This record gives sequence, structure tokens and C-alpha cells, in this order.
Amino acid sequence: MADLPDKHKRKSRYTTDRNIPGAFEGETVTRRGFMTGGALAAGGIATAAFGLPALGFALGPMFERSAPESWQDVGGVEDFNAETYVPVVMSIVPSIGEAGKTTVYMRKFAPGCDAERNKDIPYIAISTRCAHLGCPVRYIQASQRFVCPCHGGVYDFEGKVDGGPPVRPLDRFYTRVRKGRVEVGNRFSVNSELERFPHPRDPSNHLDGLWEYLYPGRPST
Amino acid sequence: MSLVPKFMRPAPPRPAEREAPKPSALDNAKAQGAEAGIGVVGWLDERTGASPFLRGFLYRKVPKGTNWFYTLGSATMFAFVSQAVTGVFLAMYYEPDPTRAYTSAAHITNDLFLGELVRGMHRWGSTVMIVLLFLHMGRTFVFGAYKYPRELNWVIGVVLLVLTLMMGLTGYLLPFDQRSFWATVVGVNINASGPIMGPYLADFMRGGAEFGATTLSRFYALHMLLVPGLIAALIGAHLYLVAKLGTSAPPWLKAEKKSLQREEV
Repeated sequence: MADLPDKHKRKSRYTTDRNIPGAFEGETVTRRGFMTGGALAAGGIATAAFGLPALGFALGPMFERSAPESWQDVGGVEDFNAETYVPVVMSIVPSIGEAGKTTVYMRKFAPGCDAERNKDIPYIAISTRCAHLGCPVRYIQASQRFVCPCHGGVYDFEGKVDGGPPVRPLDRFYTRVRKGRVEVGNRFSVNSELERFPHPRDPSNHLDGLWEYLYPGRPST
Repeated sequence: MSLVPKFMRPAPPRPAEREAPKPSALDNAKAQGAEAGIGVVGWLDERTGASPFLRGFLYRKVPKGTNWFYTLGSATMFAFVSQAVTGVFLAMYYEPDPTRAYTSAAHITNDLFLGELVRGMHRWGSTVMIVLLFLHMGRTFVFGAYKYPRELNWVIGVVLLVLTLMMGLTGYLLPFDQRSFWATVVGVNINASGPIMGPYLADFMRGGAEFGATTLSRFYALHMLLVPGLIAALIGAHLYLVAKLGTSAPPWLKAEKKSLQREEV
């Protein structure tokens, strides 16, 4: 009875103790185990060799800046005033036709009315992308408000939230004046105090208080 | 030879003749044809061993009380197959380019023979599939068919539900008209509303920070390659488990004591 193998006893980790033919002194890996591991490793390396580049290829745009700095001429300085908004059309995404264009509402910076901290931007360019879920807002002259058709977001003359579901004011664009022409640059987001966030956030992203850190600026913006 | 139907067998020798006449060319042809008819199935079966599997899969026992509600899963799968077939043919005419997508979709509907029908089947079939899927899910839930040992099949079914909704989301953009464009903008921004990961997920879906040419081709690739492939594979796993575990009896059916006793003997 004593020489029958005991099922409950742990096998020795050394191949020599387990009487495997051709075992080396101090060897712990069986040939079967080595071949199994080798085949799995080869398969894993081969899969990773095409899988990782393909994955990186698909995820690449998340880590690339997709809006390079550009300035677009939208009109002369005489076309805009401080009292009301003038809609202009600019191209956000080139070479995809109508789908790449967007309306931007322009007016001159009004000292005393607009926040002092943004006085280095000569013209206020309000993006029509609603801060709720991205539908196009339009400016209603009679009520001096921006209104969103999708879920009823309302913004005041400065683009701050006046009602409805939006979580922050409307985005804006940088502007500058070159040789009497007004140029519109990149988008930036603002929080409810109209503090600027140069990496524009997606609609639906809060920007006040600690929310700012839950919706970080992404490499693509 | 006994498997061959009577009319296909070579004519028996006439009793009056001592020597059997040599089989005519017609008889030879009949015999060969009969063997070929049996032969194709037999040849395949001998090489694949399919018949025991198919017998178990197609002629499995179902519990007493099985009713029309049990066909909702097959109906959902049929809806998927019809979506796959119409989708393949729509892909022959559709162009996933932002400047041409709308025109090509309009071309399918207005100009091509049966284009309106095939696109209509795909467009309405998507709704049918989602309705059937929810009915099937409701049947499974109400009948308690998700319980042991079928929990894993419920989980696979839930993954199939999510994948089917992804088909709905990615397919909605493809006509590229005002409605599909803005609905997808809203859909992507709902994804962006999740903290920390949300904006990155939205970037992945758009292929960048803005809705552009990449977005449409990305949605198209997801809609016609990645998600349907996953759905087909998971339907296979779903069906395998149905065949392996069998279906459950409806909850109102009580076990009959007599039949239980008979089984024990």
C-alpha cells in the first residue's frame, strides 16, 4: 500500500522527483508545459502584432488634436455692432461640405456690459452648439435670447444659461482684427462666470467647481 | 438498396427468362442516380458527422405547454437575418461619404428598382427587430426562463440587446439627412455626458473632437462589420445554450406526479 501514489499529496515541482524520463537536475518546467506555454506565447505575440496596431489605429483620433489653429475672415469691422448679434457662417470641419459649416453669432465687445476678464477678445463670437446636447441654437432678437429647438434650452444675451437643461453657457470663439477684417479662430468653453477654458468641452459637460475635473480637457481639443 | 424508392430500382428479371437480361442503359442510369441522391447526404454526413448533432439540435424535446410565445426568439433572429440580407444589398449602392451619403440614399429610394422596398424593409425591420427583442426578453423574464441553469444565456441576451441598440444608433446616421445628423449629434453628446470617460468615448465615436468625415465612415464600419459580426457570433452561442439546456416549461404548468413517478422507474 505504501508505494501507491497518494492523490492528496502535492506533486514535487522538480521533474527529477516525478521520474520524468530525461529530466535534468533542478528542472521544474516539463516539456509539455514548456510547449504549451510556448504555443500560447507565440499565439499571443502574433495576435498582439496585428491587434495592437489596429486598436491604436482606431483609437488614434482620441489623442490627436483635431482642430488645428485657423483664423477665418467673417467680415469687416463695420459689419458688427455692440447692440445685436449678426449671424455669420464659418467652416468648422473642412472638406465635408454643408455638414462641416456652422453658424456663429457675432457682436462687438460691449465695455460695462460684458465681463471685464474677456476684454482682450474684441468681438464676441457665440457658438450655436447648445451646451445641453449639441443642437443648433438660434438668436431671437425680440427676446434677446438664444433658444434651442431640441430640449428647450434658453440663454441670455451673453450666452449664459437662462433656463432649461443646459449645464453651462454657450461656447465662444477667439476673435481678432487684421487690416480692418474680423477673423474668427478656435472654439473655447466658458463656465457660468465666463471664465475661459481653452480646451473646449463637449456639450453636456459641467464646468463649475469640481465638475471641471470630472470633465477634463482632452488631447483632441 | 432498400433505401432507394421502388420506381428508381432497376427492373427485376422477367420470370420466364432463364438468364437475367443485361441491365439496360436506362436501368444503369437509374441506379447511379439513386445512389448519387443518397450519396451526397451520406458523403457529407460521413465526413462531417453532422447528423447526430442536427438530430439533437432540430428534434430536441420541448416541455409540455410550449406555445407561440416561445417563437419570439426565432422571430428576432429572422428579423436579424432580414436586416443582414437587405443591409448587404444596400451596401452595394450606399456611399459613406459626407458629401454623397444623402444623395446615394436618395438614389436608392427614388431611382433604383425595388430600392424603396429594400431600404424600407431595412429601415422598418430595424424597429421590428428591437420590438421583437424586447418581447422575447419580456417572455423570458415573465416565464422565469432566466433562472438556473440559463443565467448565462440571459447575460448573452442582454449583450445582444446592447449590440442591437448600437446597430440602431450607428445605422440612424447613415442616411445623413438633417434628422439623422442632429439625432446622432445628440446621441454622441449623451455619451459625452459621462464623467471622465464620457468625453473620450465621444471622441472615439466621432473620430476626433468634431463631427466630421471620419464619424460617418466610422459609424458605417461599426454598423456593417464589427457589430453584426459580434451579433452573429453571440446568436450562435445563444442558440447553442438553448439546444444544450433545453427550454423551460411555462410557469403555470405544474409537474404531474404520475409522470415523475414513471420517470423514476
